[in-house]
Amino acid sequence: MAAPVSLQVEFGGGAELLFDGVKKHQVTLPCQPEPWDIRNLLKWIKQNMLKERPELFMQGESVRPGILVLINDADWELMGELDYKLQDQDNVVFISTLHGG
Amino acid sequence: MCDVSGDGGGCGADTEPPRRRRAPRDSHPRTCMKCGQGTAALIIRVGDPFCRGCFREYFVHKFRAMLGKNRVIFPGEKVLLALSGGSASSAMVRQVQEGLSREAAKRLRFIPGLVYVEEGAVRRQSPEQREQTLAHMETLLRATGFPYHVIHLEEALELPPSILQPGPEQSSKSGPCGPSYKEAVDSFIQQKRQEGEGESATSLPGHSTQDMPLGPLYTPHLPDTAQTQELLRIFEAVETATAREELLQMLRTHLILQMARSRGYSKVMTGETCTRVAIKLLTNLSLGRGAFLAVDTGFTDKRHGDVMVVRPMRDYTAKEIAFYNHFFNIPTVIVPPLFTKRREKPSIHHLIERFLLGLQEDFPSTISTVYRTGEKLSPDPAKASSESQRCLLCLCGLDIEGGLRAKLPIFHYCATVAASPSRSWAPSPHCHHTCVLRPSAGSTVQRWSGRHRRTRSAARAEGVGDGGNTDPRPSVALLGQVPAPPELGGDPWHPFLLQPRAGRAPPIYWGPGVLVTPG
Repeated sequence: MAAPVSLQVEFGGGAELLFDGVKKHQVTLPCQPEPWDIRNLLKWIKQNMLKERPELFMQGESVRPGILVLINDADWELMGELDYKLQDQDNVVFISTLHGG
Repeated sequence: MCDVSGDGGGCGADTEPPRRRRAPRDSHPRTCMKCGQGTAALIIRVGDPFCRGCFREYFVHKFRAMLGKNRVIFPGEKVLLALSGGSASSAMVRQVQEGLSREAAKRLRFIPGLVYVEEGAVRRQSPEQREQTLAHMETLLRATGFPYHVIHLEEALELPPSILQPGPEQSSKSGPCGPSYKEAVDSFIQQKRQEGEGESATSLPGHSTQDMPLGPLYTPHLPDTAQTQELLRIFEAVETATAREELLQMLRTHLILQMARSRGYSKVMTGETCTRVAIKLLTNLSLGRGAFLAVDTGFTDKRHGDVMVVRPMRDYTAKEIAFYNHFFNIPTVIVPPLFTKRREKPSIHHLIERFLLGLQEDFPSTISTVYRTGEKLSPDPAKASSESQRCLLCLCGLDIEGGLRAKLPIFHYCATVAASPSRSWAPSPHCHHTCVLRPSAGSTVQRWSGRHRRTRSAARAEGVGDGGNTDPRPSVALLGQVPAPPELGGDPWHPFLLQPRAGRAPPIYWGPGVLVTPG
């Protein structure tokens, strides 16, 4: 059992356009049997936060190529990418590098 | 959080195939490979962890090395920085700010100005949104302290025809007649020493706000609705998303160039990253601009003669820029993308971007390989041997062989043309250089289309027909050299719209370099 996890999720680089233009979101993930990791978080975001065009944010079970993920201000590649287990008060940032200037 | 304890376990870099290395499940944060002490904050290139401090040094060093290696910016020169509000150009402006504020010996020595092209009209922004964007950008621009200029895309409708001709090359710069880079720098340093010791606020005009007035307080005001409508009409008349993107880039380049010329800037810096350069390389190949890859993506772009375009950010990947902006709070202003019509196929630009970024996920050296291959191209073939041999729109030397040109008396277009379905075109009596492919020249059209199969299939992939081949009466207007202003109506000559015949609909932009008038 995993306790509810509250996170700060941020979007930048244009990704916020998919979320009503809001950059910072405070989310509380509900209690569930499996521990929360990035993979589940992405599924949760797709179901609950993405208003339109999920293919612009996600591809399969990961993010779309061109979208960077930072966990607590560090590259997610250093943290295990999709398998990183989320802790309470973590900060996850999604930055889009697509069609940027 | 994982506890910090020594080196994060070996990932077996040698044993794994080129797939991106994934840190093991219970990995401890790795240490920076450069200083060996700080906790790694990001991974650069394929597998190099860097801490925040070392990353910042690496980033700043790269910028200065790029400028120092290619010694094209002379001390005291006026350089226009093209700011789009996006991440790369904002990072570039920050680098210039940092570079100008260093101690005297290592300081960057040019005089910057900023330019922002507001494109809200074609990005589906409402007037309120446009004003909001302008207000944000205004704050950003002011905060830098450099002189800045804001241009609206609608102003492209008023560009003079001189924009389509390269300016005189500056002979006073490096070369046998002018001073070499080293001499110029030495004399500049001596001059500063003579003027006085230490830092003085006036040493670089524009650097301090009190010496260089920024001009009257700018209040965001949008151009006339009529102009916006006209611009939108032109863009909506374009049939493919690819052509629309190319048109936007061309108009933007011309606007920036015009600003640079009118204010005496001799260089323009644009913020194209390594990722963007790699995408542009492949996109331009698909568009038939293979001959000009070096000019379109190289560090220097000298086709305009008097104004040189410089790309100092071309060695940074999009990831490095994004991390830098996030760590060091670089402000950016994001705008929506160029509008697309309903059920329109994606542009070649988008397809290539999607392709390259997708490939990069699994093969992390893709983009740098494409980039380095592009670096090997030399810009010499793009130089035109004589004035009449330049393309009208992109100012590169023509890549057409002599045989084809002999058929069409004046032929001034370089990029490929997807033959248009039959639309007739009536030549303006005053455009003596523009030619029309008549039915008798049908074989020429065949040969012309046949030469550029790549673009035809790319055009087909976009869903555009190439019925011009089978149609016995293809009529495609190819832009000629800028003629004398027509006397019809006394309107000034517009570089992108041919003067329409009385009673006929005005011409529309159809594809890269092609204007067609509905019959």
